[in-house]
Amino acid sequence: MKPKVAFFDFAGCEGDQLQVANLEENLLDLLGQVEVVSFREVMKEHSDNYDIAFVEGSCTRLQDEDRLKQIRKNAKLVVAIGSCAAIGGINSLKNYKDLDQVKKTVYGEHAALFDSYSARPIDAIIPVDAYVYGCPIDREDFLQVVKSLLLGKKPETPTYPVCVECKKNENVCAFERGQFCVGPVTRAGCNSCCVNEGTICWGCRGLIDNPNENSQKEVLIKNGLTVDDAIGKFRLYFGWQEAKR
Amino acid sequence: MKQSNVEVNVHHITRVEGHGNIYVNIENGKVEKCEWNIPEAPRFFEAMVVGRSWSELHHITSRICGICSIGHSLASLKATESALGIPISEQDLKLRKLALHAENLQSHILHLGFLVLPDLLGVGSVIPLATTNLNEVKMVLQLHRTANEMSNLICGRTTHPQRLIPGGFSKIPSMKELTLLRKKLQDSIPNLQAVAELFSSLAGKLPNFKRETEYIALSDPSEYAFYDGKLASSDTGSAPVKEYLSFTNEYIVPHSTAKWAKHVRESYMVGALARLNINYKRLSPMAQKTAEKFNLLPMNYNPFMNNIAQLVEVVHSVEDSIRLINELEAAGLQTQPDYNKPDIKVKAGTGVGAVEVPRGILFHDYTYNEKGICTKANCIIPTNQNHGNIQQDMNALVPQIAEKTQKEIELALEMLVRAYDPCISCSTHVTKIK
Ligand code: SF4
Ligand code: SF4
Ligand code: SF4
Repeated sequence: MKPKVAFFDFAGCEGDQLQVANLEENLLDLLGQVEVVSFREVMKEHSDNYDIAFVEGSCTRLQDEDRLKQIRKNAKLVVAIGSCAAIGGINSLKNYKDLDQVKKTVYGEHAALFDSYSARPIDAIIPVDAYVYGCPIDREDFLQVVKSLLLGKKPETPTYPVCVECKKNENVCAFERGQFCVGPVTRAGCNSCCVNEGTICWGCRGLIDNPNENSQKEVLIKNGLTVDDAIGKFRLYFGWQEAKR
Repeated sequence: MKQSNVEVNVHHITRVEGHGNIYVNIENGKVEKCEWNIPEAPRFFEAMVVGRSWSELHHITSRICGICSIGHSLASLKATESALGIPISEQDLKLRKLALHAENLQSHILHLGFLVLPDLLGVGSVIPLATTNLNEVKMVLQLHRTANEMSNLICGRTTHPQRLIPGGFSKIPSMKELTLLRKKLQDSIPNLQAVAELFSSLAGKLPNFKRETEYIALSDPSEYAFYDGKLASSDTGSAPVKEYLSFTNEYIVPHSTAKWAKHVRESYMVGALARLNINYKRLSPMAQKTAEKFNLLPMNYNPFMNNIAQLVEVVHSVEDSIRLINELEAAGLQTQPDYNKPDIKVKAGTGVGAVEVPRGILFHDYTYNEKGICTKANCIIPTNQNHGNIQQDMNALVPQIAEKTQKEIELALEMLVRAYDPCISCSTHVTKIK
């Protein structure tokens, strides 16, 4: 019997689910191997009977926690897709700010109507079995993770930083071009795609495990930076992870 | 069959982007309640960007919406460039117009093929169509893939573009790549015509409903406006973009995390139908023919025809992209340095950027201090501008169909919401209120 899969979204931009829709012909192949039972963005039908739950978006309010716990109860495997779900992502930019002030900036005197707390990855609420990093996720990466899960294996994620891939791609380092880059402390797996496209690594895949050990020291030292400098100077995606360190 | 009590309660309507609920209650044939509400979790972008540098804002605000990420990046860049006085070249302007066409194609094709077609064929999703209508599904997938390849080529990625930066592009495609893209676009025309035929055979299923309203879109005398233009209203004529606040007048509705907007009437509409109603004359020749085929001529007051207006725009975007590539070729594509980063002098300033994204007009408005740090931001998203119009349409539609079965009413209302192609996760990144 084909495993049943379901997709869910919390606070995010749906860019990761879009990557699934963007699989094009690979999507037809995938549909041959799994049965999609819930995917609100593309289908009307819904069922609570599923084996694998793919969850996009961060948890940003108390009322989301119950829904997450229910998903955990229903599913055998829970997979966080995209940085918002996996690490808190761009939403955790607001974690550096005073929350009441944030709400007031946006909703003025009506701020009290809208409940919200600091943005967090879904594993702050429920156990998660696998992660697909990125903002947005990479389609190939997603397929690899799904394949491993279908084979009953634990998907592998790189524990080295983006610099490793970037050097392999023979890019001119951002620091040599007079720019700042968080590639030295960011988890690889995207093939340093942003640098390949002419910019910098913004850190979307989140901090590598143990940045003190695994970061690209060579690049940091050469530029007179410490690990903490590299993390603290450019906080786009690290809000939740930094608070946990 | 006369029915007096009907309740419609659609919690988290499917096949739309983001979360929205429809609640209708008809008692003794009288509409007691008819409500469109938005429970989506708010994400507070306007507050998040305060304190960030001019060089990052387009990257951050792109994340407001996956589907309109190119449009958000461009509106953001235009606002930053206007605030800091950064010029862009003629060539980059053309490439940016191509980027917007790519997104318009991606989004409209996804909406029409994956989200609307199932309603017209009476199924719950595109998945069963992969068995029953494989040919049609493959045509849609081919068109969608071409649109994705186009985004990849111009922007570096299909979603959350990497190459779009203040002052231009970090990297641009080669003429050879653009020529290949042109060939693909030309080759997709027969498929496009077949898809148009398919919709034309099903168009009878779109409810024949009419409600006069105001339409607002960018308008420009030289082209069908997407990237630039003046702010135009079907009721009051045009005004400079920087006066946008006098058009949008946002307000808060209880139990909706999104803000709503109104201009001179109770509500107004933005999006493909608004653009077509205002700028019909400037559609490409093939697009005008497609519109005529569906008898979609200005002024058309049927919101369900927004679907067909999107189809017409797909044709326009393909044809106009071919024209833009021809122009780039004729002018001779200038190369630029690898890892291009225009030299930018930072200064204090305020700037508004408006572009037409698939769902309508989008505004970003930033204030920077002398260090180029953002001190204030406001983003007004198309779907917010449409929420009020969706509600007004529901108010007008429900009494007309109150005698139908619960199922028929529910489907009609879902189809109405889907016709607007709402982007709800986008619409809850509301703005600053005075
Ligand atoms: S991780 Fe990025 S692409 Fe995914 S939902 Fe969050 S903002 Fe969107
Ligand atoms: S610092 Fe950035 S640009 Fe330099 S090697 Fe590392 S990832 Fe590449
Ligand atoms: S290069 Fe950095 S920002 Fe870009 S995708 Fe990879 S991890 Fe994310």
